[in-house]
Amino acid sequence: MSSVKSQTIKGLHQQLVSKKRSAVEITQETLERITTLEPKVKAFLTVTAENALAKAQQVDQKIAAGEEIGILEGIPIGIKDNMCTQGIKTTCGSQILANFVPPYESTVTQKLQAAGAVAVGKTNLDEFAMGSSTENSSYQLTANPWELTRVPGGSSGGSAAAVAASECVVSLGSDTGGSIRQPASFCGVVGLKPTYGLVSRFGLVAFASSLDQIGPFARNVEDAAIFLSAIAGYDERDSTSLKVEIPDYTQYLQPELKKGLKVGVIKETFGDGLDSVVAERVQSAIAKLEELGAEVKEISCPRFRYGVPAYYIIAPSEASANLARYDAVKYGIREDAENLVEMYTKTRATGFGDEVKRRIMIGTYTLSAGYYDAYYLKAQKVRTLIKQDFEQAFADVDVLVSPTCPSTAFKAGEKTDDPLAMYISDLMTIPVNLAGLPGMSIPCGFDEAGLPIGLQLIGNVLREDILFHVAHAYEQATEWHKQSPSL
Amino acid sequence: MIDREQVRKVAHLARLDITAEEEEQFTTQLNSILDYFEQLSELDTDNVQPTTRAIETSNITRPDRLEPFPNKKDLIQSAPEPDGEYFRVPKIMASDES
Repeated sequence: MSSVKSQTIKGLHQQLVSKKRSAVEITQETLERITTLEPKVKAFLTVTAENALAKAQQVDQKIAAGEEIGILEGIPIGIKDNMCTQGIKTTCGSQILANFVPPYESTVTQKLQAAGAVAVGKTNLDEFAMGSSTENSSYQLTANPWELTRVPGGSSGGSAAAVAASECVVSLGSDTGGSIRQPASFCGVVGLKPTYGLVSRFGLVAFASSLDQIGPFARNVEDAAIFLSAIAGYDERDSTSLKVEIPDYTQYLQPELKKGLKVGVIKETFGDGLDSVVAERVQSAIAKLEELGAEVKEISCPRFRYGVPAYYIIAPSEASANLARYDAVKYGIREDAENLVEMYTKTRATGFGDEVKRRIMIGTYTLSAGYYDAYYLKAQKVRTLIKQDFEQAFADVDVLVSPTCPSTAFKAGEKTDDPLAMYISDLMTIPVNLAGLPGMSIPCGFDEAGLPIGLQLIGNVLREDILFHVAHAYEQATEWHKQSPSL
Repeated sequence: MIDREQVRKVAHLARLDITAEEEEQFTTQLNSILDYFEQLSELDTDNVQPTTRAIETSNITRPDRLEPFPNKKDLIQSAPEPDGEYFRVPKIMASDES
């Protein structure tokens, strides 16, 4: 067993402080593991070995000089390739950005650099974060580390797989309709989509601006709490950024569950289409929470199921506007053409993949004259109804639970021909984005084939504290997070 | 229902050059997706206000200070065809256009 495997942030920090291992050693071991595993897992689009080692050296110099180091200093991290990294290619999994080297740094990665984290590379994703299996990447297929013929989920499949395979300790993902939680569930790791606006989106390549949010992947709840504490916070460069104090989220991790904590089980998520083994494991997880002292009750969110159709109007509509910027003028690839319009249409035809084109088409149609009221406006009204369901639920309970996904990881190629089947796999996660709430997926068991199953915890606005609290208590009482794929 | 003619029109609006094959594929797929959207009509939304963003933050302002981008050269050099401080593009109008 490699020494970087199953390492926690605190464990590594301790080793650094006590000079048992240097940051360069940790980085080298991580890079070696990446070299060994990447032919199988293919989680990274770019590995930034040189930068990582230089960063690690800086950390070691600080330690040698007797300076105190921060908790993330020297910790190997992965970054989803839709966050701008200055001087490092940022492709969004798309051919249209095949040559794009950002001239500026996103706020999240800037914060992590300042915190001393060692970025080892940029991770694979569905093109422009549109997809649920990472199969829409125009560069490579990422494998699920638990079973290489299965997908890692998506769109942040690379970030989830990299953490599951211990190719880095924690990673950044983005979640528009489930793109952190669903791959976390498929890869057996912790994934959190924070409250909309908690983490700055500056430098995150926009997909659906009213829904996009950046969040962490980790192998345990504590690492996720440490990581979120480092990336959250107000940023004047993101107009939707929330002006709130950011606590140290690790303070909510306590050995015992708060007395009187009320857990609501969303009834509608246990209906048709849910794999029986997923239902069973999630029910056992709920029973475990009850055993730990939680008061469990059933909650109805009657409009929950309208989340998917509403989302697939709202997200493509916003995407069609956001992706209009790929015009071959200021960055990205360009196809030669006789005139300007032909340059646009040819470049976009070559540069975008099928799913991106499909969503641009849907969005352009639903926003076009005569259809706006019937689609986009209608969907936004449904969004209000879904929000109301959640508001009502949170008047009764502190946290909501559901399965993260209706199934475990599916086989590569299984759903690529049927866009709707792929869309429906985000059934449980989408309503959370529509309402802007924080949602977390934590491992809660395995199916007969040994594939991980995720439990989704949903909190009220800015109640990440409760998610961490409940997730940690559950994690401490179970052994799921201690298992790792044999690669 | 959306037909091939409309698909072609939408592709033009979206500045996407699509092949005849894609046109046919998108017509089928968009129809099944639009059909799926139909279930939203089950919900009465007559007196419901739309939600435009998840968490309401409106009228966010900041001082309008001019801050020159420090890395202007790289910014311009990222373009497919930079020309000094400009971006070069092909002809916008054909000379023989009436």
